[in-house]
Amino acid sequence: MSEDRLSRVFAALADPTRRDIVARLAVGDATVSQLAAPYNVSIQAVSKHLKVLEDAGLVTRSQDAQRRPRHLEAEVFDMMTAWIERYRRQAEERYRRLDAVLASMDDDKSKTTIKGAAS
Amino acid sequence: MSTNATHEAETRQTTIEADPNLPTIRIIRDFDAPPEKVFRAWIEPDLVVQWLGPKSTEMRIDTWDAHTGGNYRYVALQNGEEVAAFYGSFHEVRPSERLVQTFTWEGMPDGVSLETMTFEDLGNGRTRTIGLSVVENLETRDAIMASGMDVGVNEGYEKLDALLAQG
Repeated sequence: MSEDRLSRVFAALADPTRRDIVARLAVGDATVSQLAAPYNVSIQAVSKHLKVLEDAGLVTRSQDAQRRPRHLEAEVFDMMTAWIERYRRQAEERYRRLDAVLASMDDDKSKTTIKGAAS
Repeated sequence: MSTNATHEAETRQTTIEADPNLPTIRIIRDFDAPPEKVFRAWIEPDLVVQWLGPKSTEMRIDTWDAHTGGNYRYVALQNGEEVAAFYGSFHEVRPSERLVQTFTWEGMPDGVSLETMTFEDLGNGRTRTIGLSVVENLETRDAIMASGMDVGVNEGYEKLDALLAQG
């Protein structure tokens, strides 16, 4: 994926409404009006969000000429893998701090061992 | 969705599992300390503040009553300013074995997750922790997983680029 393309993908996904649209399209294709239904916004506003997602290559229009349901491109699942990886890294960062805490507990013998529930 | 981001190279690395059909996140990590000690780092407030909060924030505990039926509240501080607050209850505190909590971010007061942490004795002074978070639906779960994205946009794309190249 080119850097430019990647930038557009991340910019597109930086918006919570668009992330939500992506999450819903992951379940199945949907028309613009179906996508607009849960939001307090106009169909035009949802169309704008879809345009951003389409420009980023995350969403395409299906062949059905009348309803033109939107379809999530399989490639977006690679992005979800990246989300999971990012989340994993955050957890790992946190647990490395815990590693350090556990190591420092070795050096601090004055701490009493908890017996039963702590308060 | 790919559900497993294990790193084989480092055995101690955190593993995340996001079930494609259930609104859960499972986080598995091994520690070089016995269960009693790892458990203490999870429930003693002066230890918890040293590692639990996000990297760039300071954590201030307002309430911390770590026994079965107790409750907690803490806030995240950035440059002395409150940026987020969290609260919940200690549903079960079973020393060195199991910790069950509810968790709510006050910014989304109707959202609550159930967090079950299991401390598994691996012997030789090592512990495996298995954290299971259960949220309301898959959309919420995916939003939690994606929540680092806004930060990612600001941090620059280099690392993410490399990451995607691996995939």
